[in-house]
Amino acid sequence: METTWPVLTVLTFLPLVGVVFLLLIRGDEEVVVRNARNVALWVSGFTLLLALALLWNFDPNYDGYQFVDRGDWLADEGIGYMMGVDGISMPFVVLSAFLTPLAILASWHSVKHRVREYMMAFLVLETLMIGTFSALDLVVFYLFFEAVLIPMFIIIGIWGGARRVYSAFKFFLYTLAGSVLMLVAILAMYNMAGTTNIPQLTNFAFDPSVQFWLFLAFFASFAVKMPMWPVHTWLPDAHVEAPTAGSMILAGVLLKMGGYGFLRFSLPMFPDASISFAPLIFVLSIIAIIYTSLVALAQQDMKKLIAYSSVAHMGFVTVGIFSFNAQGVAGAMFQMISHGLISAALFFGVGVVYDRLHTRDIDAYGGVADAMPRYAVFFMIMMLGSVGLPGTTGFVGEFLVMVGAWQANIVVAIFTATGVILGATYMLWLYRRVVFGRAEKDEILALEPLDRREIFIFLPLTILVIWYGIFPGGIFDLMDVSIASILDQIEPVYLDALNTAQSAVTTIGE
Amino acid sequence: MDLLNIQPATAEIFMALVALGLVLASAFIQPEAIAAKFVRRVTVATMLLAMWMCYHNGFMPSYAFNGQFFTSPFMVYMKVLILLGAVGILLMAKREFQGESIDRPELPLLILLSVLGMMLMVSANDLIVLYMGLELQSLPLYVIAAIRRESVRSSEAGLKYFLLGALSSGLLLYGASLLYGFTGHTSYDGIKLALENGIHPGAVIGMVFMISGLAFKISAAPFHMWTPDVYEGSPTIVTAFFAVVPKLAAMALFIRFTHGVLGDAVDSWQQVIVIIAILSMFIGAGGAIMQTDIKRLMAYSSIAHMGYALVGIASGISSGVSAVMVYMVIYVISSIGVFALILSLKRDGRAVTKIEDMAGMSRSHPVYALAMMVLMFSMAGIPPLGGFFGKWYVFSAAIASGQVALAVVGVLASVIGAFYYIRIVKVMYVDDETQPIDQDIPRSNTLIALTSAIMMTGLVFGLSFLRETVQATVPFVVFVAG
Repeated sequence: METTWPVLTVLTFLPLVGVVFLLLIRGDEEVVVRNARNVALWVSGFTLLLALALLWNFDPNYDGYQFVDRGDWLADEGIGYMMGVDGISMPFVVLSAFLTPLAILASWHSVKHRVREYMMAFLVLETLMIGTFSALDLVVFYLFFEAVLIPMFIIIGIWGGARRVYSAFKFFLYTLAGSVLMLVAILAMYNMAGTTNIPQLTNFAFDPSVQFWLFLAFFASFAVKMPMWPVHTWLPDAHVEAPTAGSMILAGVLLKMGGYGFLRFSLPMFPDASISFAPLIFVLSIIAIIYTSLVALAQQDMKKLIAYSSVAHMGFVTVGIFSFNAQGVAGAMFQMISHGLISAALFFGVGVVYDRLHTRDIDAYGGVADAMPRYAVFFMIMMLGSVGLPGTTGFVGEFLVMVGAWQANIVVAIFTATGVILGATYMLWLYRRVVFGRAEKDEILALEPLDRREIFIFLPLTILVIWYGIFPGGIFDLMDVSIASILDQIEPVYLDALNTAQSAVTTIGE
Repeated sequence: MDLLNIQPATAEIFMALVALGLVLASAFIQPEAIAAKFVRRVTVATMLLAMWMCYHNGFMPSYAFNGQFFTSPFMVYMKVLILLGAVGILLMAKREFQGESIDRPELPLLILLSVLGMMLMVSANDLIVLYMGLELQSLPLYVIAAIRRESVRSSEAGLKYFLLGALSSGLLLYGASLLYGFTGHTSYDGIKLALENGIHPGAVIGMVFMISGLAFKISAAPFHMWTPDVYEGSPTIVTAFFAVVPKLAAMALFIRFTHGVLGDAVDSWQQVIVIIAILSMFIGAGGAIMQTDIKRLMAYSSIAHMGYALVGIASGISSGVSAVMVYMVIYVISSIGVFALILSLKRDGRAVTKIEDMAGMSRSHPVYALAMMVLMFSMAGIPPLGGFFGKWYVFSAAIASGQVALAVVGVLASVIGAFYYIRIVKVMYVDDETQPIDQDIPRSNTLIALTSAIMMTGLVFGLSFLRETVQATVPFVVFVAG
C-alpha cells in the first residue's frame, strides 16, 4: 500500500525540524529556556497528532506494510531506504510519539540547566525511535537502532544523577557490544541474500545451520536491549541515574525495541533457529521473572525496584513471543504496550516525589497519601496495572502470555505465573511503604499536592491503562493480521518439529 | 611505452621544479617570517595546481619513463586525497606557525617534498621507483618531526622516527631485493607475470619483508611502537600531518602491492595481513584506554583505524579495495577535523594536549564541543555518522570473502575503541571546567572542524556518490598493459 506523499518519512523526521528551530533560538538565558521548552512540546505534540492521523488511516485488515515510502539510497547495492508500518510496528510508532511529549512535559521544571540541549536530545531520540520501528530496510533499521545510543548516552551522562558517568558508559558499551554482533549478522545476511530489504529477507529461506548463528547474533543485541537475564545489569544503573523523562522513554519505548526485533526479524527470518532456541529463552525468561522479582523485593531505591520489575515484565514478553501461538504473541505485544504506558507512569510517579524530596529512598517516605491524595490514586492505579489487576492493561497482557505459554509448555506457564504473585508482592509492598502509613515526618506533610501539569501527564496514561484494560480489542484489532502472518511463517516449521518429536517419542514407546 | 612521454607525470615534475625553486627563494627572501609566509602560500597553490594536473593528465591509464611510472584513475584518486589532506593541514597551520618556533620556510617546503615522494610511491610501477619515492617521502618527515630544535621531545621524536624508519626502509629494501632475485624483475608488471605460475618460497619471504616495511609506514601493529612517542613529541601540526597524509600514500602502496602485484597470490599474503589487522585493532583500542594525552590517544586511534582498513585488504577481493578507499576518505576527513580542534586547544596562548584540559568545554566552547562530539562518535563507528559506513564496507568485504571470524573480532575491538572516544565526549560534556581554555579559537580551524563534522553527519546522503567514484577506480589497481 503506497501513499502519495511520504507520510512516514515526514513523521519520522518531523522532530528534527524542531531541533533546527531549537538551534536557531537566540536571546538571553531565560528566553532560550522558555522557548526551548515550548518548541519541543509543540513539535512533539504535532508529531503525536500526525501519528494519530496515521493510526486513523491505518487499515488493520491489510496484510502487509502500509504507508510505504521508498528511496533509492545505495539502490545498486541492494540497500534501499524503505519505510512502512504493519500491525506490529504501528502501536510502537504511536507509543513513541505519545510518550515523548509527556516526557518533555515531565521535565518541564526538573531540568534546569542546558534546557535547549536537553530538548534537542529528546527530539532527536523521538526521530530515532519512530525510525527504528518504521524502517523496512535492515541497514536503515540498524542506523536508527544504533544511533539511539548517542542521545541516550548524553541524556544519562549530562542530566543524570550522581553516578551518571558510570551508568552512561555501562549503558552505551553493553548495548553497543550486543549490537555490533547483530551488525555482523546483517552483513552475512546481506552477503547471502544480496539485499537488506526486510520484506524480501522475510521470504528468503536461510539455511537452518546458518540460521543458528544469525539468530544468536540478533539475540545478542535484542537480549541486551530487552533486557534479558543475565545481560540486564545495565538497566537498573541506567534507570537509577537517568533523569525522570529519560527513564520514561527508556522503559516505555527503548526496551520494546528488543521485543519488536524478535517479532520482526528473529521469528520470521530464522524460524528453525527460533524453535530450537525457544527452550533456552524460556529458561532465561523464567530466571528473569523470578530472580529479578526477588531482587526487586530487596531494593531500597524506588527507581531500582521499578527497573527490576521491568526486567521481570520483559520476561513475560519473551515467554509470550517464543510460545509461537496467537495468544502468546498477541499477549507479548499487548504486554509491551501496556508496560510502555505503566512503567512510564511509574517512573514519572517516582520523579514527582523525587522533585519534591530529592530522594528515592523508600524509607524516606511513608504516608504520602496524606499530603498528596490524588498522587496516591494515580500511583495506585499504575501499581495495580503493573501487578496485573483485571481491569488494567497489565492483566490482559500477562493473562494471554500465560494462556499461550500453557499451550506451548505447562511447566513454563506455571513458573511464569509465580512471577505474577511475586510482582504483586514487591509492588504492593512498595506502595504500602511509600504511600500508606502515618505521615510522621514534617517534610512528608509539607509535600505539595500534584499540580496541573503533573495531573495532565498522569491522566492520559491512566485513562489508556484502564480503557484498554477493559476494552483490549482496540489494540488487538490493529495487530491480529500481522501476528497471523508472522505465525504463518513459523507454524509449518513448528508443527514439523513437534511431529518429529512425537514420532520419536512413539518410536521409543514401541 | 615511449621513453620521452612525460605527460602522465606532469604534476610530479611540476612539484619537483617548484620545490627546487622554493629552496632558492627561501634562502634569499629576508626576513625569515616573510619567507615562511611566501613558501607556505606557494606550496598551497602548487598543490592545488598539481591536483588539477593529476586529474587532467593522469586519468587515462598511461605509462611514463619506460613503464616505471604508471597513472590511472586509482592513482589520481589517491593522489588527490593526499594533496587535499596536505592542503588541509597547511591551511590549519596558519596560526600554528605564527608565534611558534617552527615558523620557518623549511616546514612547508619539506612537506611539499614529502608529498612529492608520496605521489611517486603511489604511481611507482617498479621496485626501484617505489623505493625512491618512499625515501623521498620519509626523509623530510624525519626532519619535520624534529623541527622544533630546542625541544628535547621533538628531537627525540625525530631521532626515534628516523632510526625505526630507516630500519623499516631496510626491511622493505631487503624484501624488494629478494622479490627481484626470485622473479627476475623489478617492474610490477614483470613480477606479476612471473608470479602467475605460482610463487617461490623465497619470493614469499621477500613479500613478507615488504609487507612488514609497509606496515611500519602505516603504523600497523606490531610495527607501531614509534607512533605514540612520535605523535606526542612532534609539534601538533606535524602530528596532524603524520596522522593523515603518509598513511594515505602507504595504504595506496599497500593496495597496489597486495592486490595488484601479488593479486594472483592472495593465499600467500592473506593470513599475514589478517594477523596484522587483528593486532592493530586490539593494540590500538587497548592502548588508547589509559592515555591522558590526546595526541597519544590519536596515535593509538590511528593504529586501530589502520587495522580496520587492513581488514578490507585482507579480504583479498576487489570490493575490499573499494572498502579501504572509502575507509581512508572517511578517516582523512575526520582526522583533519579532530586535529583542527586539537590545534586550537590553548591556554594563555600555550598549546595544551591533556584530555582533562578539555573538561567543561561544552559550556565554554559549545560549537567546538559539538563538532568534537560528532567526530568522536563517528570515529567510534556509531551510525548514522560517517565512521560507521567505513566499518560497514570493510567488514562487508571480510564477510563476502568468508572471513566471518575476522569481522567478529573486528567489531568487538570497535566496542573497546568506542570507550575512549566517548570518554572524550564525557570529559567535554560532563566534567566541570578546571582551568579555562582560551576563548579565542582561530576561525579557520573551527571552520575546518565544522566542515568535517558536517561531512561526517551528511555522509549518509553522499554515500552512493562516494561508492560510485571509488568503484570506478578499483579495476585499475590490477591493471597491466601487457
